[in-house]
Amino acid sequence: MLRKREPSDSRPHDTGFPLPRGRRKYFDWTTPVSLAFVLMLSGLVLLPMAWLLIASFRDDASRITLDNYRQFFTDASFLKPLLTTLWTSAAVGFICVALAAPMAWLVSRTDLPGKRPLRILILASFVTPPFLGAFAWVLLGGPNAGLINQWYYALFGLKAFEAAPLLNIFSAGGMVFVMALYTFPYVFTFAANGLDLIPGELEEASAILGMPAWRTAADITLPLIAPSLLAGFLIAFLQSMTLFGPPAILALPAGIDTMTTKIWSLFQFPPRLGLAAAVSLPLLAISVLLLKAQTAILGRRGYAVIGGKATGTRAVKLGSWKAPALLLFAAVLGCSIVLPYGVLLRTAFVRNWSAPMGLYNLTLENWRFVFFEFSQTRLALGNTFILGLTAATAGTLLVAVIAYLAVRRAVWGHRYLSFLATAPVAIPGIVLAVGLFLSYTHPPLVLYGTLAIIFLAYVTKEIPVGYQQIGASLRSVHPELEDAGRIFGATRLRALFDITAPLIRNGVIATWILIFVGSIRELSATILLFTARTKTVSVTMFDLRESNDWGPIAVLSITMLAITFVLIALITRFTDRRMI
Amino acid sequence: MNRTLEALCCAVAALTAIVSIANAQETTPAMLAAATKEGKVTWYTSVDVKVAEAVAKAFRAEYPGIDIEVERAGSERVFQRINQEYQSAIHNVDVVNSSDASHFLYWRQQKWLAPHTPPDVRRFPAQYKDPEGYYATWRATLSVMGYNTKLIDAKDAPTGYMDLLDPKWKGKLVKSHPGYSGTSLTGTYAIVKALGWDYLDKLSKQGVQQLQSTTATPKSIASGERAVMVDGNEYNMFIEIDAKSPVKIIYPKEGTPFVTSPSAIFAEAPHPNAARVLENFLFTARIQQLIVNEGGTRSMHPDVKDPPGRTPLAEIKLLPDDANGMLPQIADIKKRYTALFGN
Repeated sequence: MLRKREPSDSRPHDTGFPLPRGRRKYFDWTTPVSLAFVLMLSGLVLLPMAWLLIASFRDDASRITLDNYRQFFTDASFLKPLLTTLWTSAAVGFICVALAAPMAWLVSRTDLPGKRPLRILILASFVTPPFLGAFAWVLLGGPNAGLINQWYYALFGLKAFEAAPLLNIFSAGGMVFVMALYTFPYVFTFAANGLDLIPGELEEASAILGMPAWRTAADITLPLIAPSLLAGFLIAFLQSMTLFGPPAILALPAGIDTMTTKIWSLFQFPPRLGLAAAVSLPLLAISVLLLKAQTAILGRRGYAVIGGKATGTRAVKLGSWKAPALLLFAAVLGCSIVLPYGVLLRTAFVRNWSAPMGLYNLTLENWRFVFFEFSQTRLALGNTFILGLTAATAGTLLVAVIAYLAVRRAVWGHRYLSFLATAPVAIPGIVLAVGLFLSYTHPPLVLYGTLAIIFLAYVTKEIPVGYQQIGASLRSVHPELEDAGRIFGATRLRALFDITAPLIRNGVIATWILIFVGSIRELSATILLFTARTKTVSVTMFDLRESNDWGPIAVLSITMLAITFVLIALITRFTDRRMI
Repeated sequence: MNRTLEALCCAVAALTAIVSIANAQETTPAMLAAATKEGKVTWYTSVDVKVAEAVAKAFRAEYPGIDIEVERAGSERVFQRINQEYQSAIHNVDVVNSSDASHFLYWRQQKWLAPHTPPDVRRFPAQYKDPEGYYATWRATLSVMGYNTKLIDAKDAPTGYMDLLDPKWKGKLVKSHPGYSGTSLTGTYAIVKALGWDYLDKLSKQGVQQLQSTTATPKSIASGERAVMVDGNEYNMFIEIDAKSPVKIIYPKEGTPFVTSPSAIFAEAPHPNAARVLENFLFTARIQQLIVNEGGTRSMHPDVKDPPGRTPLAEIKLLPDDANGMLPQIADIKKRYTALFGN
């Protein structure tokens, strides 16, 4: 394998081999092109963060001040949301680990029946936007009219308001519950990957020595995947901390604020930008710390010997434990998929969502309204698609080049590139939006009010996902192939296009779709950046929620989910990669 | 001295003439042609989304050459969005309707509005239009109380605001938010004026579920999610009653906040002619009757009749709105309210 030499002695086209004599030397565009991309990426990620920092130290008259921070750290109306955010995120993390660890073990180590459909349903929970889940759970778990509570009252002959409801989704607990339902797949993935990496011999040995399956699991497997679980916990924590939809939909009606809803309320006119920036930065700091901890933990790799996939572990026979095991899956997936999807479908086809499903209640009115009368549908769908297409295309192109430069270590500073491409993971969507708003509402570049500012948010947010996906594809193509091309005189770009590009085509398509799916469901950044002309489907639904128009919300939800699932099905066609 | 007076009189006469020309703004064929050329009009409104779309549909049928785009949100949200946009020099909005009359005072101060008096508005009572022609009351509603008839017997239902402090209503109340809804803000101001903050302080201890829009609270009691609504649009209650939902309106004995909801054109409207065509259209007797019938609002148009079964305004004790009095207190009301009830 060829590596670049030190930058001082390397010319841009230097392959380490002498060029064949008598050949024309083509100008190698690698350096200017890569420089341009480096600058672009830096601008994209660093500019909003720089503005965030500057704004947090300025008052309304642009004087330097520490007042914003003073207010944040002394005002209970800011500290309380911070505490709420911290404890609810931790709770989500614990619940996710408690649910996902046994689920992952059951799927990867036992003879549980129906693993494939179960994995598909977990994938479905993974791609369901949490704010849609929150909408659905309002309809299911509203304390009095919510369908589950209605069934509960009917079953026990109770009356709404007289008896305590079975569950009240409008509460911090309700919010934690819903966030956990759509966050556990992250932990599941971590745990499942962790299990795949543990050599089966250790567990085998334990089994041969006569240990019962549960002791093997508890004494051997659990300690081995503990680092993966901890990492999963941190990711779940991070996810819940940055969500905007569930807190706004479920906690706000109960008068509970989180950091994200607080930042959002600071953006209400007249916006208090300095304060919003000062509130955003601690959130950013926490998130960076979490990711640092996570990398440190995964970097240790626990006690496991990482040597590729484990070889044929014998599946543990569940026997009579099959029923309870399946019950666990039924409970989790029932709450995350079956019930919510069911209630959205039902709501889309009835006049009054809380009334029984009688014939008189059935209607297509909601569909007619959304697609033929509601003038925002066309605008919002149009904007959402334009944003999805452009963000996916530009994002894919950007990460493809960046990943290539970083993975092949083709330019000086590839570590910096790799850092920049991963950094946005740590930036909560709403924090990014505050930064973008600060950067692009004044000259030289006024983008607020156009789709461009939302486009920048989506591209920046999706860079890490794309980078990881394409980076993985690139690592699987040995550089030898390209080097061969270059020996015969091709420039780096030419070798890239003729040799590497066709080989990673599927990875590129998958990246495109991932960014597209991520973009069309985005809410937490869009909520600060949209204007009337630049509404997306997600904020349109959010507007409809403020006036309790559940029928149209259900119709739009189903539309969005349908589009998402078609695209995800396409990814699995184009890549062999197992998503979950 | 006489000369000066004469000159002044002449000037006044000339000014009046100009003003009346400016006010004579019927939809002429020339205006319509110019509007059709603009091709589009953007309408920000806080009226219920289905009512808004019904009006838009009627507009499209009447003027097929002009595309109408509806941006519906709560009044305070509409206000914030327009201000945010204008602060960033984005001129999106042509015609605006908000249930917080003080917004129009603010926009007028900012010199953002264009004077325009639709022909029908000339016949409106004087208190429902701006003397200088910058806005007029497009619709009015009452911020009423209400309850779910399946959950509560008529004899047990509260009759006024003070009744809601009874412990038996704990955990059963739902209320909209003055930080989001202009109707709620106007209503909150009226309630504070009549009963004081002390009342809201006690009410906030009753486990009130806090929603955003006054269009949301009637839907909440209609679904049975909550039993009693502290405030909500009368017009949404009419819509629910027409849809046979189990709800009933309460006009509180302390008085019902009366909320006017003006309409105006922005001076920097991107489609100035289409904006005038729409504004004229909104005030015609036909559309006023449409929003009264289908939207359940109250109209100031002398030709419009209330459908049977609705309590006439004359029979209700009203707490009239007072935009001028409310304007300086808005920030304070929102802050104190949020401190009591949350966001």
